[in-house]
Amino acid sequence: MPKLMQHTITVLVDNKPGVLARISGLFARRGFNIESLAVSITDDPTVSRMTIVASGDDSTLDQINKQTSKLIDVIKLVDYSQIPIIERELALIKVKAEPVHRAEIMQIVDIFRAKIIDISVTSFTIEVTGGLDKVDAIENLLRPYGIMEVVRTGKIAMARGAHTAI
Amino acid sequence: MKMNGANALIQSLVDQGVDMVFGIPGGVMIPIYDALYGREDLKNMLMRHEQGAGHAADGYARATGKVGVCFATSGPGATNLVTGLANAHMDSIPVLAVTGQVRTTSLGKDAFQEADTFGITMPVTKHNFLVSDVNDVPRTIAEAMYIAQTGRPGPVLVDVPMDVSLAEVDYQPITEVKMRSYSPHIDIDEAMVEQAAALINEAKRPVLYVGGGVITSGANEELTRLSEKTHILVTNTLLGKGAISEYHPHSLGMLGMHGTAYANHAVNECDLLIAVGARFDDRVTGKLAAFAQRAKVIHIDIDPAEIDKTVQTTVPVLGDCKEALAMLVEKVQPREETDWNKKIMQWKREFALQCPANEGALQPQCVIAKISDMTKGEAIVVTDVGQNQMFSALYYSTTKPRRWLSSGGLGTMGYGFPASIGAQVGRPDLPVFCICGDGGFQMTLQELAAAVEHKLPIKIILLNNQYLGMVRQWQELFWNGRYSGVDISVQPDFKMLAEAYGAEGMRVKHPDEVDGALARAMEINDRPTLIDFQINPQENVFPMIPAGQSIEEMMVNRPKGS
Repeated sequence: MPKLMQHTITVLVDNKPGVLARISGLFARRGFNIESLAVSITDDPTVSRMTIVASGDDSTLDQINKQTSKLIDVIKLVDYSQIPIIERELALIKVKAEPVHRAEIMQIVDIFRAKIIDISVTSFTIEVTGGLDKVDAIENLLRPYGIMEVVRTGKIAMARGAHTAI
Repeated sequence: MKMNGANALIQSLVDQGVDMVFGIPGGVMIPIYDALYGREDLKNMLMRHEQGAGHAADGYARATGKVGVCFATSGPGATNLVTGLANAHMDSIPVLAVTGQVRTTSLGKDAFQEADTFGITMPVTKHNFLVSDVNDVPRTIAEAMYIAQTGRPGPVLVDVPMDVSLAEVDYQPITEVKMRSYSPHIDIDEAMVEQAAALINEAKRPVLYVGGGVITSGANEELTRLSEKTHILVTNTLLGKGAISEYHPHSLGMLGMHGTAYANHAVNECDLLIAVGARFDDRVTGKLAAFAQRAKVIHIDIDPAEIDKTVQTTVPVLGDCKEALAMLVEKVQPREETDWNKKIMQWKREFALQCPANEGALQPQCVIAKISDMTKGEAIVVTDVGQNQMFSALYYSTTKPRRWLSSGGLGTMGYGFPASIGAQVGRPDLPVFCICGDGGFQMTLQELAAAVEHKLPIKIILLNNQYLGMVRQWQELFWNGRYSGVDISVQPDFKMLAEAYGAEGMRVKHPDEVDGALARAMEINDRPTLIDFQINPQENVFPMIPAGQSIEEMMVNRPKGS
C-alpha cells in the first residue's frame, strides 16, 4: 500500500458564488479526501482563501494540486508540504465541570494557555488555539471529565518568514 | 448603446464571431429568441431535442475548429443539454451553451421549469456562469468564449435568468479578455524539449502515440514532419484519427482495445513512447501494469493535470502540441529506417486488416471500406458509438484533421446523427457521412426533421444488425451468450421512416447493392439520405483486447469454435 500523507494547501480563489461547491465537488468527484477545510475572505474582498488539509498517496496529492489549480476560479494554489509554515486551529470545547473537578480542569486550561470563556453550574466552555497536536492533546486530557461538545475551525496556515502566498 | 440583456447577449455572440447557434426556445428563452428574430448575422438552427442541440454544436466545433454554440431553456431544456455538455467535456471540445433561467427573484423557490443548472452542469463543463446582473452579460459571454477555446478547450455554460434578459444595459463591446485566475498560455520549457529530443535520439524502438490534442492544436503537419524526419511510426487514438493520414506508410492506425494488432504490438515492445495530446485512457492502455512496460515516456500535453495522471512520464513537455512539435522537429536528429521499422512493417503485413468474405451476408467492414475508397478518406465521417464506431475507426482511413468526429470519452450513443448535422452546417463544402447503428440512431433520430428542413445532404449509413451490437458482442464473448436486453429487432422500417420525414430512404441487403446505393446517395444534394444496410447480425469487432487486460489476451480474430 502506498503511504497516505497529510498535505496542507492554500488556495486563493475568486470570491464568487459557487466557488466552494466547485472545490468540494472536485474533491468528491475525483475521490480526494478532505481532512479539514477553512474558508474566509482576505484583505482583498474579491479574493477568498481556503486552507485545505487533504490526505492521499503521492500521486493523489499531485493530482489534487493539479486538478484544483485547473479550476477557472482558482487564482493560485500554494503547496505547504515543502516549506516551513505556521499552522493554527481554534477549538471550542464544552466539558462537564463538576465542583470537585473544576480546579483540575482549570490547571489543564492554564497549561495549554487556553481560556475558559463560558461557565455554568455544570460546565466550562474552553477556547484553545494552536497546532493540531495541541488541540488533540487538550481534547484527550479533558475527555475523562466528559466532553459535551467540540467544534474545531479546521487548520489555517501561513508560510514562515517574509514569504506570502499572494 | 441601450438595449435589453437578451439583445446584449446576442450582440455579444455576434461580436465574438458566432453566426450559427443550435437550439430550442422555451418560456424564459423568449426574450433571447426575440432578439434573434429577423437577424441575418446570427441564425438559429431549430433542433427537435436539446440533446441534439448539444451534439450539433459539438459536431460543428469539431468540424470547423470554432466554438459551437447551443441554446436551451430552463429546467428540462437545460437537463436535456447535460449529455451534450458531458460529451464535449470528456473530449475537450469548445462548446458554449446558453440556458434560460427563471427570474432571479424566483431562484431557489422551485419555480416552474426551475432546475439548478449551475449546480448540475458544474462537473460536466470546463466552467459555468450564472449571470445575476445585466451589466455582466457582455463580459460573461466574452469570458465564456475565451475559456471554451483556449488552453485545453471544453464546454462552458452561461445561465441567464429571464429578468436579466429583460433588464436594460448600455452595451459596450468587449474587445479584450483578461482574467487573473485563468492564463491558458504556457511557455514551453526548451530544456524539456531538449531532453525529449535526447531521448528520441537514443531510442532504439520509439513509437509516436497521438491523440485529439494534435487535432485541436492543428499540429498535424508538424507531427508528419517529425515522423518523416525520424522514421518513427505513428499510432493514433480514436480522437487522433486524421492527425497523420492513415494512408501514410508511417501510420499504424488506432491502438487500444479495438486497435490494430500491429499498433498494439509496436506499443507493447517499444522502448520509447512519445505521447502527443493524448491522455492514456483506459481504452488505450488496458491493464496499466502491462502497458508499454519497457518504455520510457515523453508526454506532450497542454494540461498539466494529465502529466503522471495514470502513466508515469520520463520527460513531460507542457504546452501546445503544435509549438512543442515544431521545436522538437528542429532538435531531433534525422534517422533512417531501422530493424525496428522493419519489424513493425512485418507485423503490419502479418496482421493486416481484412474485410471478411461477404458470402451473401452483408459485412459492415466492407461497407465502410467501400466508403473509405470512394471518398479517398477525405469526407467527414461522424460515427455513433459501439460496433459501428469501431468498424469505422478500423476500416475508414482518415486523411485530414477535423474529418473524423466520434464520441470518445463519454461513449454517447445518439451522438452521431446530430453531430453530423453540426458538421454539415459548418462544412457545407464536404460530403458528410453519419455511420451509426440501429440502436444509437433511434436515440436521436428526431433530428431528421431539422436536417430535412435545412436541406442537409448527410449520408446516414445505418449499419442495422437489430442488436445493441457491442453489448451483444461482450455477452457472446464473456457472458456465455446470455443475450440480455440487446435484441432490438422490433424496429421501424427505416426506409419508410426516412421518407416520412422527407429524406431519401434506401435499403441494402446484398453486397452487390452497396456500390449503387452509395453512388445514388452521393448524387443527392438537397436532403439527407438514409441507407438501411441490413448487415450480418452476428458480426463482431476484432481485434479486441478485453477490458482491463493486456496484449497477451488480444483476440486478433474471432476465437476458434465460436
